[in-house]
Amino acid sequence: MSSRAEILAKVKQNKPTLVPLPNIDFNDLITYPDLITQFISVVEKIGGAVFLYPTEEDLAKNISLEPNETYNINTLNMSEAEKLSLSKVHSLDLERVHTAYFRGKLGVAENGSIWLDEEAMVNRVLPIICEHLVLVLDKNLIVPTMHHAYQNIDVSKTGYGTFLAGPSKTADIEQSLVIGAHGPRSLKVCLIG
Amino acid sequence: MENLKNHATAAEEFIKDEPRTDWHDETLWFVRQKRDLAAHTLPEWEELREWGSQIKNHTLSNLDEYLENFETNAQANGIKIHWAKDAEEHNQIIHKIITDNKFEKIVKSKSMLTEECHLNEFLIQKGIAVVDTDLGERIVQFRNEAPSHIVLPAIHLKKQDVSETFHKHLNTEKGNNDPQYLTEAARQHLRNHFVESELAITGVNFAVAETGGFVVCTNEGNADMGVNTAKIHIACMGMEKIIPKAEHLAVFLRLLTRSATGQPITTYSSHFNKPRPGQEMHIVIVDNGRSRQLGRADFRNSLKCIRCAACFNTCPVYRRSGGHSYHTAVAGPIGSILSPNLDMRANADLPFASTLCGSCSNVCPVKIDIHEQLWKWRQVLVNEGYVTTTKKIGMGGMAMVFAHPRLYRLLGSIGRKTIKWFPFFVNNKLNPWYKQRDMPEAPKESFRDWFKKQQK
Repeated sequence: MSSRAEILAKVKQNKPTLVPLPNIDFNDLITYPDLITQFISVVEKIGGAVFLYPTEEDLAKNISLEPNETYNINTLNMSEAEKLSLSKVHSLDLERVHTAYFRGKLGVAENGSIWLDEEAMVNRVLPIICEHLVLVLDKNLIVPTMHHAYQNIDVSKTGYGTFLAGPSKTADIEQSLVIGAHGPRSLKVCLIG
Repeated sequence: MENLKNHATAAEEFIKDEPRTDWHDETLWFVRQKRDLAAHTLPEWEELREWGSQIKNHTLSNLDEYLENFETNAQANGIKIHWAKDAEEHNQIIHKIITDNKFEKIVKSKSMLTEECHLNEFLIQKGIAVVDTDLGERIVQFRNEAPSHIVLPAIHLKKQDVSETFHKHLNTEKGNNDPQYLTEAARQHLRNHFVESELAITGVNFAVAETGGFVVCTNEGNADMGVNTAKIHIACMGMEKIIPKAEHLAVFLRLLTRSATGQPITTYSSHFNKPRPGQEMHIVIVDNGRSRQLGRADFRNSLKCIRCAACFNTCPVYRRSGGHSYHTAVAGPIGSILSPNLDMRANADLPFASTLCGSCSNVCPVKIDIHEQLWKWRQVLVNEGYVTTTKKIGMGGMAMVFAHPRLYRLLGSIGRKTIKWFPFFVNNKLNPWYKQRDMPEAPKESFRDWFKKQQK
């Protein structure tokens, strides 16, 4: 008997009587008077910084004014051909990326996280390996809680995706919070609208 | 009957350093308080716990079908599934993947399952080194220690200890105890391992039957960094990690980090569905006693655990005895109800390492009746003959005294007189109760005598 068959047979034999799934009532969930204010306050609390831009053009103008001496990767308006070539770059060659820009697909007010899927990342390691991370998000894409998030996005649409909340961090040494563990040392969230 | 180092003797060692014990106690209590603050931000918190509990109950009651669903969907996404009935088979499977590919550069993010299976030790014996990439785990790995806490692996150490360890292994400045400096040194050191890694091993926080994908949560980003570089990703999961649908992740991701550290969510809650082009993705589904535990009606509920460690942080015994006293991969109250299932003889001391105060059950995000199970394990262990003779005789004696009111009254009166007139009879090393405690002052009369007087 294979281990698979053995395990499944034992589970089948030992499992208790079937009990139903609970009904998750959305009426019981927390509501926020202002989703955007709530979202901004959590992002700041978890070590991120938030910038507001009335339009996408204002953001683009701002990015173009930034000093250009570092190796930055901006995925915001990349062509398909550029995306294809970026998707194939190995970590070793991305290690020096200073700032990387991505467009988030959804934000969650209760925890300040932003959903990035593989399509938005272009290269899976890029949002983790860059020194500084900039996430752009349409203000209207902020939902109250994680329940709403899973209702609005299909997490299995692409091969990989993450709810990203703040810059990478650790408190493994005496519980002292240090920002910039293995991933980005800073996170800038640009809200549009 | 007992281990060479049982919980009590190991704890005795731990508490010799009083300031350090106090620091450990207070730091973990602080984490518990952060959990409370986070929980209180949500008016639906108690309902959320109930949903979490019910989803897990449902899943366990249909576990074989969900496992098969998960397997089918994961395979359709190009993931290879392996089944391991015990720790040995789990380690063999991983070893084979490594040797088949002749890999040498292996990184591993946090996985309590691989600790439970002693994967690192197994691979070292075969001449294969694994680099643990979680900062806390890397620290204890350098020191040849086990993690002392499932969320905060190096919580038993002070920054001076970390500084000395890093000075020895990473050549950092001697005496520089700045956590920022030390973390930066680890970042540089591990970055080199990441960008060259050929194989990445991770744990699994949640596996979704409906999608065939799984979720890994970290704050440091070490799991994603390793996996997204390596040619092969192996995810190791206990078979109880399954949940039915992606929407259920909402419940668990809301509960997990608020219960663990008081954060609203981890920095990365990463959903792995398919390998990236050219990558191989493997999942090892492990039983290792879980199907047996599922069959024990009194204890099956322990399989609902999502490894947040809230029960550790709140436990008065854990906080004052340290994780290593539990001599198992998962310490604390939850470890004390999981470990006897793995090895009753070796872990017979653990269900007794509790005051049964019930705080663990009160904070558990999936409502496991931890303290009741601790009490039930004690009964099983006594019946099976796994407790020491002194404990057995002591308990037998107490049961007899409590069952005979006259004897109880007589002994009570003798006890009061002894403490009053001959204190040296009880205040000596032969009395285990006197160890680190003062004996109470003897009351003038028993409650019964006092009560009878009041009745007159």
